[in-house]
Amino acid sequence: MSEKRYTEDHEWVMVSGDEATVGISNHAQEQLGDIVFVELPDIGKALAKGKEAAVVESVKAASEIYAPADGEVLAVNEALNDEPGKVNSDPEGGGWFFKMKLSDASQVASLMDEAAYKAFIEG
Amino acid sequence: MTLSEEARVEDASASGAKHTVLYALHQELGGKIVPFAGYALPVQYPAGIMAEHKQAREAAALFDVSHMGQVKLEGADRIAALEALVPADLAGLALGRQRYSFFTNDAGGILDDLMISNQGDWLFLVVNAACKEADIAHLKANLKGDVTLTEMTDRALIALQGPKAADVLARLAPGVQTLRFMDCKPVDIDGAACLISRSGYTGEDGYEISVPAAKAEALARRLLAEDEVAPAGLGARDSLRLEAGLCLYGHDIDTTTTPVEADLTWAIQKRRKQEGGFPGAAVVQKQLAEGAGRRRVGLKPEGRAPMREGTELQDDNGQTVGSVTSGGFGPTLGGPLAMGYVKTALAAEGTPLQAMVRGKAMPCRVVALPFVPHNYFRG
Repeated sequence: MSEKRYTEDHEWVMVSGDEATVGISNHAQEQLGDIVFVELPDIGKALAKGKEAAVVESVKAASEIYAPADGEVLAVNEALNDEPGKVNSDPEGGGWFFKMKLSDASQVASLMDEAAYKAFIEG
Repeated sequence: MTLSEEARVEDASASGAKHTVLYALHQELGGKIVPFAGYALPVQYPAGIMAEHKQAREAAALFDVSHMGQVKLEGADRIAALEALVPADLAGLALGRQRYSFFTNDAGGILDDLMISNQGDWLFLVVNAACKEADIAHLKANLKGDVTLTEMTDRALIALQGPKAADVLARLAPGVQTLRFMDCKPVDIDGAACLISRSGYTGEDGYEISVPAAKAEALARRLLAEDEVAPAGLGARDSLRLEAGLCLYGHDIDTTTTPVEADLTWAIQKRRKQEGGFPGAAVVQKQLAEGAGRRRVGLKPEGRAPMREGTELQDDNGQTVGSVTSGGFGPTLGGPLAMGYVKTALAAEGTPLQAMVRGKAMPCRVVALPFVPHNYFRG
């Protein structure tokens, strides 16, 4: 049974076996405003937990997206190249950024669940 | 990711940033408040930058620009005294007309850019918020002869910008639709003695309304009550002016850029080009005659990635030839856009360049400014 987890940097992670799908939270897209460009990682790129994995640009500014865990990029959401606004309209669904193979699934288990993340952003 | 915007919102309330008289209205309208030039101002409202930008291009957007400095210069020597500090022809500025100009330093660099209008027995100046204290000190120290300076701190400034601005404002102030671009005249609105210029910072038709501070909120509410009007924040103001190819002080122009390098020589009238008589005139006149080594240009990325301020520009050989001074996304253009300085030999329209974005070379091209045609009312 997979459960959505959140980082303190506002990425969400959905795990299925040793694979994870990553995006940014609804709260994050609200704070960023209109997204105009997403720079996705190359497939096969090695990711390190807490290090830059992608870049999201709003009208105003560029923000880095960090890898929620160690692993390797398996797929990216090509639809964001033509329609970056999907991150605003469906941040935790169709606006996903990339899928990754996890080196150590326990790194995700220690992240916040939805209730904890909600408390975190209301903090 | 890091939500820097969030941190800035906290700063705005904690850092003692000044409030304009419309602060409560911004909060009521759901404005996301950020610190800007010492003021707590809305970067956007709930509609968002994209929608606010389109509001100004398609109907009318209301901006609070009360943070800007408003200055009155009186006295018999006001024109000659100010001409000694700016390269504009003020002796030739007709009553009720306004000119864009800049304060220059002895090296021909730009200390600030400003608007100057002839109000009969006084000159009305509007300067940037971030520079206003320095500008006023500069004026007080250097204005010679019979000149009195008054900072008009009892006035707010509201910009109404967009193709519907004239229709809307004429409902409150019949006659303003006949003002031409860069007219600046006293107009009474509901008993408030306003000073209205037909100008702005968006490339659209529109007005900037100097209004007594005590009447500003009522005027803003009255304008927002019109169907065609919605509020817009600093974010849309920036994307609009960038599409219009207009300079932002501290980014596209500063003390290290001359008017010739900045491609602003249109703002130096013929007599001043010939006679000089402003700080750094020798430098500017030499560049007018011989050209400058670099020039401000428009830049269009070929891909979708925005090129932000500070992005290095290279030629085909990988040599650094300039950098981006303003860059982002143009909602009306529907893509990324930027302005920057490049070596004059590479400033011709169509010249291909490489922008180094996050270590990767992104192709871009020098393009004519503005990105979106101006829509001024010239009568």
